[in-house]
Amino acid sequence: MNLMDFVRLATHVGLHHFLLFSALLFAIGLFGLLTKKGLIPLLMCVELMLNAVNINLVAFNHYMPVSDYSGQLMAIFAVAVAASEVAVGVALAFRIYRDHGTVDVDELREMKG
Amino acid sequence: MFFDFALYHAWLIPLLPALAFLIIGLGTRQNKKTSAIIGITAIGASFLLSLGVVGAVLTKRLVMAAPFVMKTVWAHIGNMDLGMGVLIDPLTAMMLVVVTTVALMVNIYSVGYMAHDPGMGRFFAFLSLFAASMLGLVISLNFLQMYIFWEGVGLCSYLLIGFYYYKISAREAAKKAFITTRIGDFGMLLGILLLQITFGTVDFIELKTLVPNYIWVSGTSFLTVIGLLLFIGPIGKSGQFPLHVWLPDAMEGPTPVSALIHAATMVVAGVYLIGRAYFIFAELPVVLHVIAWLGGFTAFFAATIAITQRPFKRILAYSTISQLGYMMLALGVGSLTASMFHLMTHAFFKALMFLCAGAVIEAMHEEADIFKMGGLRHRMPVTFKCMAIGVVAIAGLPPFAGFFSKDAILAAAAEVSFPLYLLASVTAFMTAFYMSRLLFVAFFGEVRDDCPAQETNAFMRWPLVVLAVLSVVSGAWGHFAGFSDWVFYGVREEEAINWTIAGSSIVLSLFAMWLAYQIYVEKRWSSHQIAKRLGVIYDLSFHAYYIDEIYAFIRELTVDKIGQLALWVDTHIVDGVVHGLGRLTKGLSVLLALPQNGDTQRYVAFFYTGVIALVAYSLFFAVKILAVTGGAF
Repeated sequence: MNLMDFVRLATHVGLHHFLLFSALLFAIGLFGLLTKKGLIPLLMCVELMLNAVNINLVAFNHYMPVSDYSGQLMAIFAVAVAASEVAVGVALAFRIYRDHGTVDVDELREMKG
Repeated sequence: MFFDFALYHAWLIPLLPALAFLIIGLGTRQNKKTSAIIGITAIGASFLLSLGVVGAVLTKRLVMAAPFVMKTVWAHIGNMDLGMGVLIDPLTAMMLVVVTTVALMVNIYSVGYMAHDPGMGRFFAFLSLFAASMLGLVISLNFLQMYIFWEGVGLCSYLLIGFYYYKISAREAAKKAFITTRIGDFGMLLGILLLQITFGTVDFIELKTLVPNYIWVSGTSFLTVIGLLLFIGPIGKSGQFPLHVWLPDAMEGPTPVSALIHAATMVVAGVYLIGRAYFIFAELPVVLHVIAWLGGFTAFFAATIAITQRPFKRILAYSTISQLGYMMLALGVGSLTASMFHLMTHAFFKALMFLCAGAVIEAMHEEADIFKMGGLRHRMPVTFKCMAIGVVAIAGLPPFAGFFSKDAILAAAAEVSFPLYLLASVTAFMTAFYMSRLLFVAFFGEVRDDCPAQETNAFMRWPLVVLAVLSVVSGAWGHFAGFSDWVFYGVREEEAINWTIAGSSIVLSLFAMWLAYQIYVEKRWSSHQIAKRLGVIYDLSFHAYYIDEIYAFIRELTVDKIGQLALWVDTHIVDGVVHGLGRLTKGLSVLLALPQNGDTQRYVAFFYTGVIALVAYSLFFAVKILAVTGGAF
């Protein structure tokens, strides 16, 4: 790959950029999921990972040779599911906070085997 | 007409008591009177049908060689047909009448005997079941059917010996009887299976034609093994040495049961089995020798024990063993006629004596020791007369029943082997002695001051009278009416009385009775002095040769030790494996529970590690496939 190729790749926005971006987003979400201690930040991280997937779906849909909207439809579904999931998750977080007085996942060890 | 009906409906004979058992057992058990009526009605009807069968046998001239057979297929397995049915020949007819007569008398007697027992309904149910099993055994037409009913009578014997189940001794005696006879039954089952394997059938009629051909082709060696195995069953059931130990203990049951099962009918099932399968045994000289000598030895051995026993029923029990030995001896020396004749007369007079024993023991308020009785003839004249008839009959004085049958056995033994004849004669002498001793000690002498005995009620008196009449006439009737024309094997035996043998046996019996009279009534010699003089021999006889103790010792040595070993294996090896598996699972689960520490984020980390591993794995293969296919999926 010579310099021109690299410049073209860097300036001409294509599928690779979207995929790289979504992978980055996914990685950030996963990192947060593994390191954050509060329930709310964890939910936010899960949202990040979900949206990384949505971006993939839309991007693939856009670059598909035939004209079809199934990817976008899937993304809209995923957004709807994510919204309800967040509602349930936040409600759970509230309940847990009222019962245990904390939302720190290190403190919530009742599932210990 | 009735004869035909009885013959063609002979299957009703065991079925009626079986129905009575069901009705009493399921319905009227609580009601004593109804139960007794149902039981007696059923056995009475069977008795009438049995008489009809005898009539049919006489009028239709059914003989041993050409029996009447009704057969139906009970089960069909592969190419093997298991039949059930009815086989009527003179032997069967004789047994049917003997069994139903004694059973009817015992049923009537039991109305009086069990009147104050709360378990009377149960008693009649068991008696009916026993009658059904025994009659089923008698009319069997193959070994399998016989074996089923054989076990049936064993079960009834167990139930009735343990009738007073709240008494530990009764429970123990019941178990002893069942287990001891089971040992014999096992041998017999092996014999039956070998018959089935060798001949492909266990049907008496078919075997009768197959056995001579088989012997002609292959000799008698293997059949001898089968014969000996089959004989083990009768050894257990008919109380032959060395499996006789259960019979004296079986006297724990109610006395009518002892009379019916352990004297007159069930214990002769073994003799009957050999008689029924005589076409096998008669061809095997070795087996016949074993039967003859074991029977002769048992007769002698039990008689020596009976001489020193004190409880009323125990003397009769050893006497029964001795008389069963006599029947075996007769079979062994080849006389089916003499054996079956003695079976019939013995059933009558031994049942009579047992029923007398029941009357006496009840009148004495459960006191069984004859030396605590005395002078009972003044208090219980009818019972005394019946008992005296029984004693004279078993001692073998003419014209009572025992004379004819015993003479037939002695004559048959004398023909074959002089030592056996001598053994039988000595046994006859001892029999006369100990039976007279029983009679003289219990019924003669002075009445004791504290003796509570009174004559019994009518229900218990009349069966005694009927059986006493039969004890008098059955022998002479059988002899003169031609018993040997009906029941015989091969060629008919001449039945003229050999007066040398008969005379000497009468003299011996009279001498034995005189001796007993001198010792126990006149008290010319003190019985205590004689016992002391005999020393060890008396001890051996009084303790029945310590056979029970020897068996207990052997059991401790073998069965108990094996049991301990099995227990050790069970607790250490079997349980060890089970416990070890448990511990292994527990340890593994502790190990596997370690990562599950409740830290959600660690779970997430495990999960994504797995996902990444899967993705890496599939990528690796995707690249490989790409390399192979040259870039195209």
